[in-house]
Order: sequence, then C-alpha cells, then structure tokens
Amino acid sequence: MMLTTTVLFYVFSAVLLLSALLVITARNPVYSALYLVLAFFNAAALFLLLGAEFLGLILILVYVGAVMVLFLFVVMMLDINLERLKEGFLRYLPLGLAIAIVGVLEMVAVFWTAPIGRVPAPGPISANADNTRALGELLYTHYLYPFEIAAVILLVAIIAAIALTLRRRPDTKSQVVGKQVAVAVRERLRMVDLRGPKP
Amino acid sequence: MHDLVNAAWWPPVWALIKIIIVLIPLLLGVAYLTLAERKVIGYIQIRLGPNRVGFRGMLQPIADALKLLFKEVLIPSTANRFLFLAAPVLAFVPAMLVWAAVPFGPGVAISNMNAGLLYVLAIAGLGVYGIIIAGWASNSKYAFLGAMRAAAQLVAYEIAMGFALVGVLMLAQTLNLSKIVEAQAGGGFWSWYWLPLFPFFLVYFISGVAETNRAPFDVAEGESEIVAGFHVEYSGMGFALFFLAEYANMIFVSILTTVLFLGGWYPPFNVAPFTWVPGLVWLLLKTAFLLYVFLWIRATFPRYRYDQIMRLGWKVFIPITIAWIVVVGIALETPLRAILR
Repeated sequence: MMLTTTVLFYVFSAVLLLSALLVITARNPVYSALYLVLAFFNAAALFLLLGAEFLGLILILVYVGAVMVLFLFVVMMLDINLERLKEGFLRYLPLGLAIAIVGVLEMVAVFWTAPIGRVPAPGPISANADNTRALGELLYTHYLYPFEIAAVILLVAIIAAIALTLRRRPDTKSQVVGKQVAVAVRERLRMVDLRGPKP
Repeated sequence: MHDLVNAAWWPPVWALIKIIIVLIPLLLGVAYLTLAERKVIGYIQIRLGPNRVGFRGMLQPIADALKLLFKEVLIPSTANRFLFLAAPVLAFVPAMLVWAAVPFGPGVAISNMNAGLLYVLAIAGLGVYGIIIAGWASNSKYAFLGAMRAAAQLVAYEIAMGFALVGVLMLAQTLNLSKIVEAQAGGGFWSWYWLPLFPFFLVYFISGVAETNRAPFDVAEGESEIVAGFHVEYSGMGFALFFLAEYANMIFVSILTTVLFLGGWYPPFNVAPFTWVPGLVWLLLKTAFLLYVFLWIRATFPRYRYDQIMRLGWKVFIPITIAWIVVVGIALETPLRAILR
C-alpha cells in the first residue's frame, strides 16, 4: 500500500513538473492554458494522496472549473500572437533570472529555519477523519480575523477591478429590462379589422 | 471468501465490478431516455414519435446507435486534429466520473466518499472543457460562438448551483451524499429538504437544466441561430459521445436533485404500502419524474435570449441563493433548529 502511494506520488509529481514546464514553453497559448489545467489536476491528486480531499477538490472546483474556463475563453477570443510576446525574451532574461534566484533563496531560508525534520511530519490523516470540518472549525475560530480580513481585501480587489474596467459607452445598444417588463399589450399590439373582398 | 476479500488484487477488481454494475444500466438508461424524449415530445405535440423499429419503436435507440457507429468520422481540414478528436472524450469522461459518488442506497455507491458533494460539484463542472475545446478545435465560427456561449453560461450557473448546495450542507452538516439522504429521514414527504430549501430546490434544478445545455438554455447548440453550435463539425462517434454525455448528465442532475432535495430512497409516506417498495425503486421513480420534467420543459418553453440567460444567472439566481442562505442561517439559531435538523 505504501509502495503504491509512493509510486503514485512520483508519477503525479513528474507530470505536474512537466506540464508546468510546458505551460511556459508551449507555442500555442491555448495549449499553455490546457497544460496549466493538467498541472492543477496533478496538484489536486497530490493533495488527495495526502488525505486532504477538501483542498484537492476545491482546487479542481475553483481553478479548473471556473478560473481556467474564463482563461481559455479569453485566450481563444483574443488570438494572441506569442511570437511578438517572445521577442523581448533575451532582454528580460537577466532580470527574470535574478528574481528567480532571490525567490529560491527565500524558500531555502524558510525551509532551513522551519522545524521540518526535527518535528516528526504529520502523517496522512485517517480516511474517516473529516478534514472539511476540521478546516472550517480552524478558519472560523482560531484564524477568524486573518480569514475575514483576507476576504475583505479580495472583495476590495474585485470591486476595484470592476471599477477600473467599467466604462459607460452611450453609443452601444442594450435593453433596459425594467422597461421591457413594464410594457402593456396595447403599446405593442394593435388589432385591425381587415375586410377583404368577398370570395 | 475471507481469503478472497483479503487478497491484494481484490479491491481493484471489486471496484471494476461496481463500475460495470453502475455504468451498463446507465448507458442503457441513456439510450432509452432518447426514445422517451422523442415519444414524450411527440405526444405533447400530438404526434406519435418513432414507432417503426421494433414494437412501438422500442428498438429505435439501438438502430440510432448502430447508425452512428457506422458513420464516417469527418475531420475538417483546418481543424486542430488532436484536440478535435480529444474534445468528445473530454465531454464524455466527466459525465461518467460523477457517478462514482452517487448513492443508490444507504452507503451503497461506487465510492461512499466523505466529500461526495464537493466531488460531484467539481467533476460536473469539467464537462464544459469538452464543449469549449470542440468549439475552438473545429475552426468554425458557429462552433466557436457555441463554445463561447457555453463557457459564459457555465460560469454563471455554477456559482448559483454551488450556493444552492451550501443550503443543503447547512442543514445536513455533512458532505457525504449518503448521509445527506439519511438526514432527510423521518416524516416522509414533509421532512425532505425541498420544503425548507424550496428556493434552492428550484435554483438547483433550473441551473442543472442550464448546465446540461438543455432547452430552454441550449444557446450553445442553438440550431436556429448558430446551426448546431459546438458540435456542428462532428459526425459519427464524435457526435455520439457528446450526445451520450448530455443525456448522462441529465440523468445525473435528476438523481442528484432527488438525493439532495427529494429524500433519495425514502418513501413519501411512512405507511404500509409505500414502505414495502424497495428504496432503489423510489430513488429511480423520483429520478424518472424529474427527467420527465426536463422533457416537459423542453417541449413547453422557447429558447432564452442570450442576455436574458446571463441576467437570470447573475442577477436573479445568485441574489436569491445568498438571501436564502442568510434566512437558513438565522433559522438555525432559533428554536426552528430542532425541526430543521
């Protein structure tokens, strides 16, 4: 049983890394988006292997089921020309590498100081434990303030994004639903008594 | 027997047997649902429907399946070959995967998982990839328009659907589908969740109709405006897989509505003649009724205009569900709690 889990872990991790690499190297942006979907799936599978079914399923529900659908929608609509996007690749490469190195160093620093290895890592939770309930109880009691503040920040971001992109265009035609619902029959329909010649 | 159950190869084999036991009746059900649809709509429009193949047309689905099997699979010359062939599979597989969590009796499912409700919600939302990819890979404007409509529609209605399920969670206190049904036991018809969660029941079922791309929400196909939408370029088995996925999803939405809101396998009255009938029969009867409602809706209503679909999803359903979540939340803090739970 342990062996199966280990093999599955390496298979999912390998596919995850490979698809993540293909996201940034694929020539066609639609393919990039689809590889990102594959990467999300494998990440969700890794969560499931750890017994964290809530996180795994939420990852699929939110990112694959909603976010990536909109991503694909936009990518397919815009018909992005990747060749032009890639023109500046060499110019930005040094800056990108520098940022990547700083990121790696930060992660190493965090793992170096974190008590991983000294404290025994928590094993996978037993199949009967309901980790949805456990997560909910922690979020709404112990971590209530960080959780609610994060929610408010997200709400602000949503409203700001809409406010920045919303522009009123008087020249476009659109239906005013209130007016459509309020119409009476006599405004739209006139009965005419037609008298044709007798046959 | 004991040795058999303990053998290392037994769990995967047993899982395979369970999958076959569920999927073969499901595919037969899909085949006869197509016949039922043509018959029901025929009678509603004062026609007879198919009545030539077999006794009163009973073999019509078999004839249709054979016809689709033997048709040539056409691939448009400018299509993206790989994605064009992968899209029907991507539509069909999630439609089958969701059945893993559907309970047919107390704890009887292919996988009686803890997070069953979350699983079905997550997997059911994946079917749209088949539609979007089909529309894009066909390299045809009508197919593409259908795909774009399907994507926008799915995102709008999945949110309302998710909120409707939050109400069920608040009352049942579990994500396990089998336990959700068991939480509705007791007073028969009146203790099922359709009553305290009536707005959710309506929103969930209508969103289900929208999510399966059925009339009056079938703008992704819209045969009178964009020919047949996303599957206009498909023939033979590619088309058949889209068709199977759509009808399997219809059965799935019906059975899930039964499980969540109509008491699953419990009889409507806890008196003698009703309790003699096995639970599975009740489950299937309720599902069949909801499937009939699907067909009835299709025969009754004209197709929604696209902007009206968006308005209904975003501006009507989502506010209704949020408001009713607040109502249920407040009710659970009052003495009503004892009745609701």
